[in-house]
Amino acid sequence: MTGLEFEKPVRELQEKIAELKNFTSTSDVDLTEEIAKLELRLKKLEEDIYNSMTPWDRVQMARHPNRPTTLDYISYLFEDFFELHGDRAFGDDKAIVAGVAKYRGQPVTVIGHQRGRDTKENIQRTFGMPHPEGYRKALRLMKQAEKFNRPIICLIDTKGAYPGKAAEERGQSEAIARNIFEMAGLTVPIICIVIGEGGSGGALALGVGDRLFMLENSTYSVISPEGAAALLWKDAGLAKRAAETMKITAPDLRALGIVDEIIPEVRGGAHRDSKRQAELIDEVLEPALKNLQLIDSDSLIEQRYEKYKRIGGYIEDTTGPKE
Amino acid sequence: MAIKNMFVKQKPKKIKYATIPSAAAKQDVPEGIMQKCPKCKKIMYTKELQKNLHVCIGCGYHYPMKAHERIEMLLDEGSFRELDASLSTANPLQFPDYEEKIAADRKKTGLNEAVVTGVGAIDGRRAAFAFMDSSFRMGSMGSVVGEKITRAVEEAIRLHIPFIIFTASGGARMQEGVLSLMQMAKTGAAFKRLSDRGGLIVSVMTHPTTGGVSASFASLGDYNFAEPGALIGFAGRRIIEQTIREKLPEDFQTAEFLLQCGQLDAVLHRKEMKEKLSFLLDIHETGGDRR
Repeated sequence: MTGLEFEKPVRELQEKIAELKNFTSTSDVDLTEEIAKLELRLKKLEEDIYNSMTPWDRVQMARHPNRPTTLDYISYLFEDFFELHGDRAFGDDKAIVAGVAKYRGQPVTVIGHQRGRDTKENIQRTFGMPHPEGYRKALRLMKQAEKFNRPIICLIDTKGAYPGKAAEERGQSEAIARNIFEMAGLTVPIICIVIGEGGSGGALALGVGDRLFMLENSTYSVISPEGAAALLWKDAGLAKRAAETMKITAPDLRALGIVDEIIPEVRGGAHRDSKRQAELIDEVLEPALKNLQLIDSDSLIEQRYEKYKRIGGYIEDTTGPKE
Repeated sequence: MAIKNMFVKQKPKKIKYATIPSAAAKQDVPEGIMQKCPKCKKIMYTKELQKNLHVCIGCGYHYPMKAHERIEMLLDEGSFRELDASLSTANPLQFPDYEEKIAADRKKTGLNEAVVTGVGAIDGRRAAFAFMDSSFRMGSMGSVVGEKITRAVEEAIRLHIPFIIFTASGGARMQEGVLSLMQMAKTGAAFKRLSDRGGLIVSVMTHPTTGGVSASFASLGDYNFAEPGALIGFAGRRIIEQTIREKLPEDFQTAEFLLQCGQLDAVLHRKEMKEKLSFLLDIHETGGDRR
């Protein structure tokens, strides 16, 4: 298991316990009592460490190579996922997976960014950074969902839209803008869940909906901490500071009124138990979908509009500070 | 020194004096009276340049324009009624030094934020307008910019009039973090609302229109235009070059390049801007209006 820097004390203690256990089983000395004591200490240490994660720790967690991806969650959350391909104009972008599935017996459309799980897959999927055709595939299938009155579930996990020559030539800006625009007006419920990194416009292009949830250790930001540090302080090495200043964690976004609910993670991060993590997502997804399906489509669009209209912090002279 | 060189006559070292003009001195030949084109280096009278709509007489370079200069250039005299001038910047993330930067730009530009919105008329035809101004924080979009544009679109809906925006922006306002990202969704949703009610939307991208602004309302007009030479794109040139590890063509992400790629309806010279907008307002007035 790949460990992160801030988890080092936990790892060391775990190793020690394993060592003692091994020793007990192979020698005559009984250390059961000591082991029990250490295990208690481990529990407390884990609690301390995982309950006081800094924004930078969470960034590391969100980027963990073993973190479950869209396809992992799809396999646990949905029955009979049927992947559909292509934007009907240029190609099929593997950085976004999309298709139809059943969720608790009900037809839904599922769309998400897809990272690769190894280098080879990452190259095929351009590290989960979509080109315009990826967003246009997503939009095509969202429109299809609208036609057949299926709710849409979007899983967000991208560093951002792909910054490349071809992407610009084919209208990266327009593709992102179009998705935002159209998603604002879709007549079916849309639930968006940030499962890893929510990187800028590339994330938002699958992120306009009726509910926005974030996994506890996911991030959502206008720019990566490294990018922000380079831009603001001309030093990408200050990424750790930028992660704090930019307010990019799930609790930050909850406080800013952008995220509706935080989905708790398995202790130590989603990658420790992706099946259990899917269950935790399920617990939030199910009631949210049920509630949204009670709302008629006009009110749904109206409420979605109001949700985004409220976001922002500015001062209006006549009414005083507004948050 | 080698011995054989000892008797070679050394040339006396000439000391050369050269004055390196400061960047400011290079740009402005006598401050205010004359201007030097940053592209072709032609020297012109400022008055002459103003009369030519801030377009270089020599090479056609389109100088960036202040919001108020555009209002003067395009709208019927006295027709403009500004909206939401009372909205001003907060520091929602408690970002260090942000208030000072805003205060400095307010002083420098005389603007309260990077966009001026309102209702006005072109040749007697009314529309709601938004003019972004890159002299204020590079025209970047924070909460105030997003809110002002959204309210101007709402005013267009209320009055059943078209919405015309001139964009000029480096993208999202870093100091407002994810709140500025969400302004893309807010404005995008407002555009959708106006569009669904049959309202006409025209976007004119001016130099520069990049990042989050290019990836939201700037690209969402029924008509998307650009001024000649304007830089328009999503990702920055340097980031793309680092990603694809090759040099990009000189004209990459210019208005003309995007026109070739099929991303724009037209590149409009400033001289024809008013006439073309007036024509569109005319055909949409006489055309079908679903409302």
